[in-house]
Amino acid sequence: MLNKKKSVRYYDSLGSRTFDVLNVVLLVGLGIITVLPLVYVLAGSFATESEISSRPFFLWPEKFVTDTYQYIFSTDTFVRALLTTICVTAVGTIVQLALTLTMAYPLAKRALPGRALVLNLVIFTLVFSGGMIPTYLVVRDLGLLNSYWALILPLAINPFYLIVVKSFFQELPEALEEAARIDGCNELNVFLRIVLPLSKPIIATFSLFYAVGIWNDYMSTLLYIDDSKKWTLQMIVRQLTATNADSANVLQQLETVTFPEQGLKFAVVVVATLPILLFYPFLQKHFAKGVLIGSVKE
Amino acid sequence: MATDLVPEVAPPAAKVSRRAPAPKRRRRTRPLWQDLLRYRWLYLLLLPGLVYFLVFKYLPMYGLSIAFKDYVPFLGYSGSEWVGLKHFQELFTGPDFGRLMGNTMLLALLTIVFVFPAPIVVALLLNELRVNVVKRSVQSLIYIPHFLSWTIVASLTYLLFSVDFGVIANWIHGLVGGQKTDYVAQADWFRPLIVAQLLWKQTGWGTIIYLAALAGVDSQLYEAARVDGAGRWRQFWHITLPSIAPTVVIMAILTSGNLLDSGFEQIWLMTTSLNRDVADVFDTFVYSIGITQGAFSYATAVGLFKGLVGVVLIFGSNFLAKRLGQRGLF
Repeated sequence: MLNKKKSVRYYDSLGSRTFDVLNVVLLVGLGIITVLPLVYVLAGSFATESEISSRPFFLWPEKFVTDTYQYIFSTDTFVRALLTTICVTAVGTIVQLALTLTMAYPLAKRALPGRALVLNLVIFTLVFSGGMIPTYLVVRDLGLLNSYWALILPLAINPFYLIVVKSFFQELPEALEEAARIDGCNELNVFLRIVLPLSKPIIATFSLFYAVGIWNDYMSTLLYIDDSKKWTLQMIVRQLTATNADSANVLQQLETVTFPEQGLKFAVVVVATLPILLFYPFLQKHFAKGVLIGSVKE
Repeated sequence: MATDLVPEVAPPAAKVSRRAPAPKRRRRTRPLWQDLLRYRWLYLLLLPGLVYFLVFKYLPMYGLSIAFKDYVPFLGYSGSEWVGLKHFQELFTGPDFGRLMGNTMLLALLTIVFVFPAPIVVALLLNELRVNVVKRSVQSLIYIPHFLSWTIVASLTYLLFSVDFGVIANWIHGLVGGQKTDYVAQADWFRPLIVAQLLWKQTGWGTIIYLAALAGVDSQLYEAARVDGAGRWRQFWHITLPSIAPTVVIMAILTSGNLLDSGFEQIWLMTTSLNRDVADVFDTFVYSIGITQGAFSYATAVGLFKGLVGVVLIFGSNFLAKRLGQRGLF
């Protein structure tokens, strides 16, 4: 860091400084443009219907109203979908975490006979899968169609996350586990009392990742849930904002709840986005790990 | 490593003395049930996850057999009649194949040309920012869209580009004049909107891996270059760029491995009755004919074809990565 002064002075040529200014302007502009649609939708959700149709673009409503929110929270369809999504996300995240952690721990034990076989089974699924229809048929044959479990179980373990967690367990100091074993702990207790408490950061990370995944999941509802009473928030968002879409089998399920007003669409989009934005600071803290441990190495 | 070189026929005594208590993978003398007993807790922990993989990943692979049958739900997997490659013949000779392949490849091409380079450029620009607060703020903003669902992205697109209310649509109309264009519904605008969505959603997130590569560059290289009189441009050209070239190569190869994986959700959500001809890709086609129309066998065959091409592409790109001296995926 001693060189910092020198290097700063070094950059101070006119061309270099011009570039710096332009670069800052460009990137700050890029950042602003990126979030502008979101800010507009947020502002629009609190605006009156006439303001949305008359003003071309605004980031703050002239007249601040909450009609749209009062309306959507008074409809059964929306409230039901919101509660459904919250419950499915909560239960789903717990199930996914439990399955991922319990499977990753034995796979981190090099001495375990059969470990290589299971690991290869897992890695193979990253390359090849049965695909949409055979998976649908399995879900159907298990009797899970129109069940909330269809939104959770088929996606219960993300193989990438599993491998990252496994690598994390492998890095844990063996000595602690060894000490616990000498004190008479069996493997189950070592896992529950030693390994899990040491893994809080990674548990936090992946619970967020899994939760965001389920919250945002649209495809599972599309595939497995025909009953519009069981639809999740993403499906409602889709139905309300993009009703000119041609998806016959979905549309015929649609109840006669149509919200003509533009502001309602804004409000629904905001509610569906808000949890993600609230968790975003935590996500941001952790996500780089998940991305950077990308390669599957054994 | 060294232990692997010990010949199989080495005297047992020597082996025992060297690697005494640790359990061995090779040359197991204990019977299976002793292993099961000894590691019972670990196996117990492993079991639920293993069941998940067998039921939801491997059972569907067995289900792929219906691609070669005329699957009748009533008769089940094994009861349905074998028809060989009938469904594949139907796919390759039918009218859909050319259209699906064309749409998929065109989207892949557009992705490679427009979407792939964007994070590289942004990462390089971010790397040149010298005020850390600005850099972190910009990063925080451009990562956000990655966490939003495709449903939200599609909804935003509809809200911004719709004929009546769409802010951007109206803005363009104000600039250009003439007839109002329905960007969301029309076939001509399908691909530009898909590319724009991808750029908005994934560019910021994509910079992470390149920024990590840039952060890993040895600062001594820059100092040495400065001592030698290299200006900022030449440092960029001779140090920064070569140092992320390997990352760019590996990302390019990995991207080409997913060539046929146009995102189902994104495309499905943007499909309308007017743009169906240009929007349909393999995944959405499988959904339409399989789930909507119930042609399970044909849909499975189409999915299997796509999956097999995917495997070939992944192994091909992995092979290529290794030939170029990179760490492969596996």
